[in-house]
Parts: sequence; structure tokens; C-alpha cells
Amino acid sequence: MKLVVVSAGLTQPSSTRLLADRLATAVEARADADVRVIELRDLAVDIANHLVTGFPSPVLGDALTAVAEADGLIAATPIFTASYSGLFKAFFDLIDFEALTGKPVLIAATGGTARHSLALEHAMRPMFAYLHAVVVPTAVYAASEDWASGELAGRIDRAAGELADLMSHNPVRHKEEELIPFEEQLAALRKKP
Amino acid sequence: MQFGIFSVGDVTTDPTTGVTPSERERIKAMVTIALKAEEVGLDVFATGEHHNPPFVPSSPTTMLGYIAARTERLILSTATTLITTNDPVKIAEDFAMLQHLADGRVDLMMGRGNTGPVYPWFGQDIRQGIPLAIENYALLHELWRNDVVDWEGRFRTPLQSFTSTPRPLDGVPPFVWHGSIRSPEIAEQAAYYGDGFFANHIFWPKEHFMRLIGLYRERFAHYGHGTPEQAYVGLGGQVFMRKNSQDAVNEFRPYFDNAPVYGHGPSLEDFTEQTPLTVGSPQQVIDKTLTFREHFGDYQRQLFLMDHAGLPLKTVLEQLDHLGEIVPVLRKEFAARRAPGVAEAPTHASLLAAKEKVTA
Repeated sequence: MKLVVVSAGLTQPSSTRLLADRLATAVEARADADVRVIELRDLAVDIANHLVTGFPSPVLGDALTAVAEADGLIAATPIFTASYSGLFKAFFDLIDFEALTGKPVLIAATGGTARHSLALEHAMRPMFAYLHAVVVPTAVYAASEDWASGELAGRIDRAAGELADLMSHNPVRHKEEELIPFEEQLAALRKKP
Repeated sequence: MQFGIFSVGDVTTDPTTGVTPSERERIKAMVTIALKAEEVGLDVFATGEHHNPPFVPSSPTTMLGYIAARTERLILSTATTLITTNDPVKIAEDFAMLQHLADGRVDLMMGRGNTGPVYPWFGQDIRQGIPLAIENYALLHELWRNDVVDWEGRFRTPLQSFTSTPRPLDGVPPFVWHGSIRSPEIAEQAAYYGDGFFANHIFWPKEHFMRLIGLYRERFAHYGHGTPEQAYVGLGGQVFMRKNSQDAVNEFRPYFDNAPVYGHGPSLEDFTEQTPLTVGSPQQVIDKTLTFREHFGDYQRQLFLMDHAGLPLKTVLEQLDHLGEIVPVLRKEFAARRAPGVAEAPTHASLLAAKEKVTA
């Protein structure tokens, strides 16, 4: 199975990436998955160019395809100004609107204070719900103070278990594009609505 | 194979001088460019159709009729005619009229238009874009082929015993290309009728258009119009040439960097690598254009976008001189590579000959 990790952390090293890696490792321990990490920082200019031109550079196109073809996705972002980062949103704005349909997704975020933790529930979960992804019940938030706590490790394990379960039991089906023959398109118009 | 130019008709400030042409200047410039196209030996001039600033060509047959009177050989076409928001009856009439005035030197390219607000201005809804394109074209097709038409559809008021006048010249409707950059439904529509399919592939990577054109060719054969290789394919192109390729890059860069479609985005170098845009010497343009047939198969019509992004008229005319120099080379090289059995783009003369053969 293919597990793709999208991390929108900006610093290097990044606490968002650290959280994403811990989640990925915990999923790997429960499911036979090949992990690929996509660092949005490396794609920031390509993402902006795609917004302007309407098509991805080869390296961005490859990342978008990897997300679309993944059996499971871990999406991690820092919380900026009460929501996911602009870079994170810009990347998912470029995803084909059917690419995440039915896909198991684990959402995670980092921030300087625990006060931002519900951004996961108020911003990130609805965005993935809109994209028809299946978001696991446990979302993982790590504030500065959490890095030393055992509670974070517990949440990581629970969330990773939920994602591994979904990936194992709900294989994502990639559907082929269907072409409606022209006669049918024409006939549909001839019928009274 | 036909070579020509197509114009969006944008009024854009020249980023190097800050000069913005007036609407009158831009309209007259488009005419001058069309006349120049004939002078340098091109086959086709196609104008866009837009109903919002900063574009001037809202009335294509008015402009094309004027150009028809001042040219001898040039085929007058569109890129595109809005099949969604125009009344198909008016399209049938306008272009049949143009056919008579231009002695048959007319074809047109159907397009949906991608500007949401334009649709309601004409009483339509962009969410119905594909159904509008399908139904309106079905009516247009019938109006040009049957002298008396009874029609009832979903989008237009019904017609009873209606005759669209003037009838097409010699009873031969203008050849139609269907333009699409995105929709397999339009490739399917073009294939169904045995019409041409024009893929303006200039702003995106080729892989997307290879799928779309592949689909069109396959369905063209499915509907019994010939082999996939015999289907009628048109492609876009976007070039800027100077004898010395570095001069071309230096001169075009500010226009590229500020262009309305892709400016302030990727570098000129990345964009030329990822799309058909070629900025360089005439030989580089020849080499790049010849690669199109390797990706899309032998094709019938090549239209270049030359007058955009605020390029001054003088520069555009110089570019057309360059184009006039390389097109004979392209004709020769394409002809040498073309597989046997591949058709030429239909013209009024060829369609008339085919019709007379059937009725003889």
C-alpha cells in the first residue's frame, strides 16, 4: 500500500514534519505501507506558478499524482492565523476535486499554543469532508508543550491505528474516466426535463 | 497543410513603453495583421470573440467581412465562435452571408467560452456549457443542411418551417472546427460529426492534449469518417523570433513576464520547456513546430498566436515577416514527413468537389 505524507512545515527542521514522521512511523508499524513524504516548502514556487498558469511543473505534477494514487494520506500543517497555512491550502486547491474521494486521511497540526488545536476540527476536517475524503476520528495536534508528554504519543498511536485500519479495510478504488457517447448526450437533451 | 494566425484581440498595455492602444487602434491593427498574413503567404486568419473588456472583437463577421473585401486568398475563420451564448440561427445566417461575400473563404471554430459572467448577459448559464454547445450546434448543423427546419430544443425558442438565409454558398456549409482545451465531450462531438478538432495547446503541457486528440481520432474512426489518422486536427502555437535567438529572448522577456495569461508566474525558460512557446531563432521555431506531429500525429492546421501581451503592431508585422520566411520550410518538412492517406484541411473548393462527386 502507498502512504503519502504531506507536510506544510516551513522551518528546517520543522515540528510539523516531526509530527508527520512520527505518525507515518506509527502507521508503518501497523500496515504494510511504502511511505512517501511531500514537503510543500520545496514546492512553494511551483504551487504559486500552477495557480498562475493553470498547469503543474513536472515535479509538482508528480506530487499531485502521488497524493491522488495514495491508499492513505497524512496531512500535516502548522496553524497560522486560526487555520491551516496558506501554502497547505494552496496545494489542496490544486488537487483534482475527485482525487481524494473515499481516501483515508489522517489530519495533524502544530502550533505554538494549545489554544489553536480546534482549527483541526473547524478548518481542516471540513476541507477534507468537502473533498469526500474519509478522515479518521482522531486528529492530532501538537503544541509546544506537548512534545514532552506521553499523551501525544498516545494520540499518535490511536490516530495511526485508525488510519491503518481504514487503509487495510477500505482499499481505494481508482475509477476510469467514462465517456458518454454523443448519441446519448444528444438524446438526453431531446427529453423534456 | 494550412498555416495561419489567430488573435485574441486583447487591448494590453505595452509593458516596455506603458502605451495602451485605443480600441480603434487595436481593431485596425487586427485588420492590418490579417492583410499582412495574406501578404507573407499564410493561409488562415482567425479572430476571437469576446464580450468583455479588455477585448475588442465582439463582432467577428463584421471584421472578417471587411478583411474579405481586402484579401484574395486568405481563409477567414474564428477562434472561437461562442456556440453557447450566440443564437445558432444568427451564426447560421452571419457565416453563410460571409461565405457569399468571401467567395467561400470561410470556416469557423466553435468554442464554449470560459468567462462565467458572459453567459447570463446572453440569458444563459455556464453550468449548462456542454449541453448548450451540443444542442446549439445540432441546430446550426441542421440549419445549414436543410432548407426548411422544424426545431424544438431545451434552450432556444422553437422553429416552425424556418429557412435560414442566405443558404450556404453552393449548398456547402462552412467547415467547422471544434475547439477545446479541456473537455472530452467536445472531442466526442467533433468526432461524431466528422468535423475538425482544434486543440489550442499553447498554455499547457502536451500530455493532456495527446489524450484529448487521441480520443478525437479514435472516435472519428468509430463514427465511420475514416481512419484515426484521417481525422482533422488543428493546433495552436506561440512564437517570437529574431535572427539571433538571444535577441528574441531579451526582446520578448518583458512581454512574457507581464503577459495577462501567464505573466508573474514561471520563468520564460521554464515555460518554453513545458509548453509549445518558442522564443528564439527562426530555425528553433521550425524545429519545435515540427515536433508537434510527433506528439499529435499528422495534422491539417497550424495557427500561431502572434499579437498579444501588448506587442506593438510594428513588432507583430516584423514577426509575420519571419513567419512568412519559415512557413515554406515548414510546408516542405511537414509534407516530407506526412504519412500517405492523410487528408488536407477541407476548404470550400474541396467540399464542393466532394459534394459534386456524390451527386454526379
